[in-house]
Amino acid sequence: MRIERLFRGVAAAFLCLLAAASQIIISAAADVTLTDAGGRTVQISDASRILSVGGDITEIIYALGADARLVGVDSTSQFPAKALKDKANVGYMRALSIEGVISVGATLILASERAGPPEVVKTLKTTSVPYVEIPDQYSPQGIAAKVRLVARAIGAEAEGEQVVRQVEADFKALADGVKRIKQPAKVLFVLAAQNGRATVGGQGTSAHAILELAGATNTAAAVAGFKPLTDEAIIELAPEVIITMRRSSGNDGHDTNQLLTMKGVQSTPAGAANRLVVMDGLYLLSFGPRAPRAALDLMRQIYPELGGEPAGSHTGATK
Amino acid sequence: MTAAVPIAARAREGGRLASPHALVAVSALALLVAAFLSVSIGPTGITLASLPRVLAAIASGQHDAATAREQLVLLDIRLPRLLLGAFVGAALAVSGAMMQGMFRNPLADPALIGVSSGAALAAIATIALGNGLAGPVTKAFGVYALPFAAFLGGVSTTLVLVLMVGRSGQLSVSTLLLAGIAVGALSGALTGLISYASDDRELRDLTLWMLGSLSGASWPKVLAVLPFALLIALALPGLVRALNGLLLGEAEAFHLGIDVDRAKRIIVLVTAAAVGAAVAVAGVVGFVGIVIPHLIRLVAGPDHRVVLPGSALLGATLVLLADLLARMLLRPAELPLGVVMALIGAPVFLHMVVKRGVGGG
Repeated sequence: MRIERLFRGVAAAFLCLLAAASQIIISAAADVTLTDAGGRTVQISDASRILSVGGDITEIIYALGADARLVGVDSTSQFPAKALKDKANVGYMRALSIEGVISVGATLILASERAGPPEVVKTLKTTSVPYVEIPDQYSPQGIAAKVRLVARAIGAEAEGEQVVRQVEADFKALADGVKRIKQPAKVLFVLAAQNGRATVGGQGTSAHAILELAGATNTAAAVAGFKPLTDEAIIELAPEVIITMRRSSGNDGHDTNQLLTMKGVQSTPAGAANRLVVMDGLYLLSFGPRAPRAALDLMRQIYPELGGEPAGSHTGATK
Repeated sequence: MTAAVPIAARAREGGRLASPHALVAVSALALLVAAFLSVSIGPTGITLASLPRVLAAIASGQHDAATAREQLVLLDIRLPRLLLGAFVGAALAVSGAMMQGMFRNPLADPALIGVSSGAALAAIATIALGNGLAGPVTKAFGVYALPFAAFLGGVSTTLVLVLMVGRSGQLSVSTLLLAGIAVGALSGALTGLISYASDDRELRDLTLWMLGSLSGASWPKVLAVLPFALLIALALPGLVRALNGLLLGEAEAFHLGIDVDRAKRIIVLVTAAAVGAAVAVAGVVGFVGIVIPHLIRLVAGPDHRVVLPGSALLGATLVLLADLLARMLLRPAELPLGVVMALIGAPVFLHMVVKRGVGGG
C-alpha cells in the first residue's frame, strides 16, 4: 500500500518533470537566436507572418516552400511573379515607410542589407518585431549563406539544406562546364541602350559577377558600376559577345534593335559576327538560388560549341 | 525686376478676396484639421481612439504588445512626422515669401541664394562618397550624416555667396541674383559630376532624396529643427516692416527709415537657415515656396503682416495634407512627397491663377 503510493508519487513527479522538460524543449525549438549580416543578435519567437524586403529573399522563401507564411514583399520581389500579386507590396526596398512596414502586421522582417533609407531601418530595428538583415554577396558562398540564414530565421533548416545542396550541385555543374572552356571570351554586358548610348556593367556589379561565374572575361572591368559608354569606347573594348537584358514586359526588340544600329557595336567582333545574347535580366542578376543555373545558361549561350541544353526555364536566344 | 510691378499695383488697387484676419483664421483652422488628420490616419489603421489607452499605459507603466504598437505608431512615428511636416511646410513657404519680397520678383525662391543647390550637392556627396572617401565621417554621424551634411552644404553655400556679393559693403540684390544663379549652376555641375561617378543604387537614393519625403521623421530630427522654428518665429515680426518697405523699392524703403542692407542680410540668413533645416530633414520639396505665398497674395493682398503668417500656416497645411496622401495612396508603400504636392497643388494653383490673372495685366 505504502509502496504503491510512493510509486504513484514518484511517477507523478516524473511526469511533471517530463512535462516541464518538454515545455522547455518546445519553447527552445520555437525560439531562434541568430546573428544577422549587420552583426546583431536577433531573437525570433514567431515566424508565422513574414515580411520579405529584397527580391532574392522572396525567391528563397518561395524555394523553401514557406510562401504561405509570407504577408508582404517589396517591389524588387519580381520572381516568382505571383509574389507581387498575392502579397502586400511595401514599395521599393530603399524607400521603405515605417508605418507602411508596420501595417502589414509581420512577426518577422527579413530584409536585404541593402534596404533603406537608413533612418527607417534604424527605427525598425528598435521595434518589437525581429528585423534580420540578410547578406547580399555576389558569390556561391554568398548565396549559400543567404539561403541558410533565411532558412534558420523562419525555422525551415531542413528545406534550407536541400536548397543549398541544389545550389551547390548547380555550381558544380557550372564549374564542370567552365573547365571545358579553352579560351575565355571577351564579353560586354549592356544593361540598357538608349539614345545611342549603351549602359554597361563594370566592376562590382552583379553583371560582372555573373560573367565571371560563366567563365567569361568582362571587357568593361575597368569601369566601376553601371556606366554609359560611347560608341568609341565600345569599339575599344572589342567584345566578342554582347549580353543584353530582356525586360520583364517581354518587349526586348526595342533595346536590341537600338544596340545593333549603334555604329560602335556594329564594328566590334560581336557586332560583325552577330553574337548578341538576350537573357532575362531578373534571372541573370538577382543572385538568388537560381544564380548558378543562370550562369550555366549564360555560359552555354556564350560558348555554344560546348553544347548542352539550357539548365533553367528561362533561356535566351542567340541572334 | 519689373515683374514686381503687378504685386505693387495690386497693393494700390487693394483688390483682394478676403479680409486678412479671416484668411489667417481660416488658414489656422485648416492647419488644425490637417494636423488632426495627419495624426489619426495612417497605413496601420490605428486611430486617435487608441490614444487614451496609450496614455493610460504610459501612466501605469504597463505595456502589452498591442498598446506598445499603438504607442510606437502614434507617438514615435506620426507625431514627429506631423511636427516635422508642419515645420518644413512653414519654413519653405515663409522663405519663399521673403525671397519674393526681397528680390521683388514673383518667381524668386530660396534656390536663388544657393541654399537648395548647396544642400543637394552635399547630400549627393554624402550618398556617393559615404562608403568610400567620406566613410569615417558618415560612420561617426550614423543616420544623421546626410541631414547634417545637407544643412551645412546649404547654409555654407549661402554664406559664401553673401560674403562674396557683400564684399563691397552693400548687398546688391541684382548681383546676388546673378551670383546665385552662377553658384547654383556650379553646384549643379558638381552634383552631376558626382552622380556620374556613382552606381545605380546611389543614383536611385539621390533621385528619391530629390523628390522629398518625411518618412524618416523622428524625435531627434524634431529637436534638431526646433531652434530653426524658433529663429523664424522670432525673426519674422522684425522683418515685416522691411519687406513691406522693399515692396515699394529699395530707395523708397531707405527713405522710410529702414536699414535696407541690414534687413536684406537678415532675410538671406534666416532663409538659408530655415530652408537648410527643412531640406536636411525632408529632402528637396519644391512648389510650396512659390505657390503658397502667391495664393495668400491672391486672396488677401501683398501686405507681409498677412503674407508671412498666412504662408506659414497654409504651407504647413499643404505639406501635411500632401504627406497624408503620400503615405496612404499606395499603402503600405509610400510616394515621394514632392510628387504628390505638385500633383495636387499645381492644378489648384493653375486654376486660381487663370481665374484671377495673377501677374498679368
